[in-house]
Amino acid sequence: MGKVMLEVKDLKTKYVTRLRESVYAVDGVSLKIEEGKSLGVAGESGCGKSTLALSLMGYYFAPLHYISGSIIVDGKEISGMKPDDVRRTVLGTDVAYIPQAAMNALNPTQKIIRFIEDVIHVHMPKMTKKEIYDLARERFEILGLPEDVLQKHAVELSGGMKQRTVIAISTILSPKVLIADEPSSALDVTSQKMVIKMMRDLMEKGYIKSMIFITHELPLLYNVTDDIMVMYAGQIVETGSAKEMVFDPLHPYTKGLMGSIIVPEAGVRENKLTAIPGTPPNLKHPPKGCRFAERCKYATPTCAGMEIPNISLANGREYRCLMSERKIREVYENE
Amino acid sequence: MSEKRGKECLRGKGVTKIFGVGDKKTVAVDHVDFDFREGEIISIVGESGSGKTTLSKMLLGLISVTEGEVYFQGEPRDIKGSKKKKEYWKNIQAIFQDPFSSYNMFNKIDSVLLDCINMRGGKHLPYKEKFEMMSEACHFVNLEFKELTNKYPFELSGGQMQRLMIARIFLLKPKILLADEPTSMIDACSRSTILDMLLKLRDEINMTVIFITHDIGLAYYISDEVYIMEHGKFVEYGTAEDCIIHPQAAYTKRLISDVPKIYEEWDLSTV
Repeated sequence: MGKVMLEVKDLKTKYVTRLRESVYAVDGVSLKIEEGKSLGVAGESGCGKSTLALSLMGYYFAPLHYISGSIIVDGKEISGMKPDDVRRTVLGTDVAYIPQAAMNALNPTQKIIRFIEDVIHVHMPKMTKKEIYDLARERFEILGLPEDVLQKHAVELSGGMKQRTVIAISTILSPKVLIADEPSSALDVTSQKMVIKMMRDLMEKGYIKSMIFITHELPLLYNVTDDIMVMYAGQIVETGSAKEMVFDPLHPYTKGLMGSIIVPEAGVRENKLTAIPGTPPNLKHPPKGCRFAERCKYATPTCAGMEIPNISLANGREYRCLMSERKIREVYENE
Repeated sequence: MSEKRGKECLRGKGVTKIFGVGDKKTVAVDHVDFDFREGEIISIVGESGSGKTTLSKMLLGLISVTEGEVYFQGEPRDIKGSKKKKEYWKNIQAIFQDPFSSYNMFNKIDSVLLDCINMRGGKHLPYKEKFEMMSEACHFVNLEFKELTNKYPFELSGGQMQRLMIARIFLLKPKILLADEPTSMIDACSRSTILDMLLKLRDEINMTVIFITHDIGLAYYISDEVYIMEHGKFVEYGTAEDCIIHPQAAYTKRLISDVPKIYEEWDLSTV
């Protein structure tokens, strides 16, 4: 068992809207990542994936507020720190973040090298421009990016190149945890593959110690990450290894998600695409019992009435449902 | 290529688009031939920059064709002048990638839908009848019209907006629907909902759907015919089964190998 890089215990955060209403977007999330491992987070839009990513940085600014729970990065607790301390000591070195619209994250008036100088200056103010340039050039060369990108403006780069540049900038200080929020969603398949290859290179060469990969594309998660975690309405409904989650889902929601996979492989045309009916619950007033009960075809009256416990299985899998493992398999087989 | 049954709908011969002149000439679409039949679902697949969107704009009549001819229902298409263009647009409609930028942000949703009714010659109907039609269209896409009246487009979520686009198509009942990456902005779960709706609509009014996409899995799942586009040319076309499961062109093979798979090994070393 490797060293634990990131451990989150019962994290709760909320958004406070303009009308002073609270939206509980991350509600009791616990997770653990070991060194050299990657964790995928899946779920539909609005289930709290991106909020979880923001919350894990420990850097809270309005409208996002911290409620309770702990985030431990390599033995260091970061959840109670002041925003300014977090910015100076955690972001970039311990936790790095690739935002969802990374393509638009680059200021069009500045050269790429300036962003790298900015990042490094906060943590190592003594480094000279020459040293920074050498470091950046070396890193870009290892990652297969041409050196002249450093002297270019963002508008001169193609979409895939911009995305890879943003990843290179985020990881220039070799963070312990990299949080990638939909890094390849807006790209075509070839550029997507280059981005994935690059992230895997970063992992293998030890520039990042562990990674959280957020996306709604399950075939991609299956190929990239070791473990997959499925989120629904601010809670984690199921965790397990990538293979188990895709081929042997337990929670009814995970099973529903797997029904929406489309891949260009023989035999897929015969499968019927199954959409999950209904919409996710409003997180301003989260339901008391099972949050998925309203849309679940196996729901019983007890589901909506009580808090659903997290059931852990012997092989490290966890799921949040009242049905026992054997019952679930029975139900799925009878379909 | 398989035997075709439907009536001829849209046919192109040597369709070309050239931007710029002299040294700065860019050939975006290079002498493509195609033959789309009524009631079929056709996918045009290619990477970014392969000319998919330029072709779709030419089919819509938004930009002129530099060379070649487009035939609509067997006759050369004539869209000179705004009157003829409007007549043509009754037959062909489009859904775009980004629902946020497809609406006029100053118009309420009522007027978006009313416009569609007026365009189909329902201008003189009493409001009650129009209301019924709008409710029916919204019901078709699982939206509640009562909740939408008096709202502006930006007050809806992305999925709702995309569904409202389909409600518009339901009211307009065009012969051809051009869908330019209609599902690339939404998550996998809502994607199935949108696709189901489009297929249901196709069966209801027997329209031709032209899908423009880079998602090859989606193309395989949904379409009857697939056209693979590279640098403005069709490198391969045929039925979905032929094209994607047994690809011939090197470009198609590469595209397919780049898609993450779940039943086969995904080879990352080829980049």
